[in-house]
Amino acid sequence: MQPLDLGYMWALLPVLLAYVPLTLFMAAVAMVCALVLAMFLAVERVVRVPVLDWVVRLFISFFRGTPLLVQLFLFYYGLPQVLTFMGGIDGVTATIMGLTLHFAAYMAESIRAAILGVDRSQWEAAQSIGMTRTQVMTRIVLPQAARVAAPTLVNYFIDMIKGTSLAFTLGVTELMGSAQKEAAGSFLYFEAFLVVAAIYWVMVEVLAFGQRHLEVWLNKAVVR
Amino acid sequence: MSGATKAGISVTGLSKGFGGTPVLRDIDLTIAPGERVVVIGPSGTGKSTLLRCLNFLDRPDAGTVRVGDLNVDVGTATTAQILALRRRTSFVFQNYALFANRTARDNITEGLITVKGQPKAQARARADAILSEIGLADRGDAYPSALSGGQQQRVGIGRAMALDADLMLFDEPTSALDPEWVGEVLDLMRRVAGRGQTMLIVTHEMQFAREIADRIVFMDGGRIVEQGPPADLLGNPQDPRTRDFLRRVV
Repeated sequence: MQPLDLGYMWALLPVLLAYVPLTLFMAAVAMVCALVLAMFLAVERVVRVPVLDWVVRLFISFFRGTPLLVQLFLFYYGLPQVLTFMGGIDGVTATIMGLTLHFAAYMAESIRAAILGVDRSQWEAAQSIGMTRTQVMTRIVLPQAARVAAPTLVNYFIDMIKGTSLAFTLGVTELMGSAQKEAAGSFLYFEAFLVVAAIYWVMVEVLAFGQRHLEVWLNKAVVR
Repeated sequence: MSGATKAGISVTGLSKGFGGTPVLRDIDLTIAPGERVVVIGPSGTGKSTLLRCLNFLDRPDAGTVRVGDLNVDVGTATTAQILALRRRTSFVFQNYALFANRTARDNITEGLITVKGQPKAQARARADAILSEIGLADRGDAYPSALSGGQQQRVGIGRAMALDADLMLFDEPTSALDPEWVGEVLDLMRRVAGRGQTMLIVTHEMQFAREIADRIVFMDGGRIVEQGPPADLLGNPQDPRTRDFLRRVV
């Protein structure tokens, strides 16, 4: 076995770090979009609007039931063939779209469960003081559901950060794609992918640190 | 309280069933402004359902509810009418039902800000006044999880007081409390009554009922069996079902 080429890894680090902003950009945009979408899906699943409920269930079923990679290929290579206005879609947009829809389906289910976990009597109390359904949801129920759902949602965000590496399969030069190119030139695959792994790992750990603070803040109402 | 003249309440032909089982049968009840009415009766006889139908927490099957000039017919009730009705009634729950994500103070300001549209500073001042009245002036920043059962229920009553409603509904407000907290909650209800608040109370505290009520209503099997001033109804009940019930609980 050959020793690791530490000098190569050290030199590669700044090259790959330059792609961290793109990774975080794709994950962050997809996370925000997925959260908003998941919130609507979850609320719909709780209040069950006729017909719409059927559509939402089909949506969740499809995006949970098929691999993310398949969905990305559908958006990037497949859809432009049938929907001409999608012809100009670039890999980054397709990745963000795929991550959004895929993870919204998962998040919707966690948010739905968290909503149902809020004591029914608090809904009634909010109604009894004359709040509208929207006010009950946005001011009383969703903030409490957020506390319950937060750890799971952060987990999905971590998954999304790692999921951005699939953009490489759509021809996007991002963290993973760039490492692949560098390694193909140097033949030092182990070193290159080790650096990539380390970068993802550190990003996720930083996020986990933030998660602990977020949870302390969200739990302030229940800690004595 | 604001001191404004309050409206009376009247309910006519109110009926409600759950899954085909009738729970309320054709209830007629009128409550005058400032009157305190206590509803008693065996468990499962529709007392709580009557209160919950009054503000549409449970939607009645038939009947009308009138508060002042607001006349809500179950058959044609719109969302706007139901909201208006709820804004003219306030509700105290058996299990307090405080908003767990809001401090004691914010439980009280919530309705003032979101429903009555008051500016935050004004709502806060009102909430602090209410916190003093309910004896929790120093606990305004506490979350419900940090309060005792009695304190939580006092906040529940404070939240209802803030609405300044024509009618306050109390659904067994002391039934979920440990015995040590019952006294403080009943004391607060006496103070609310002392200010001329119209109240409709479901309770099993017979001594309290005798003392606070202008009128006691006895319900059984989803109907009002008989009603009258406490001395008459408790002292000289006419219906055998009332006599039977009172023998068991007093």
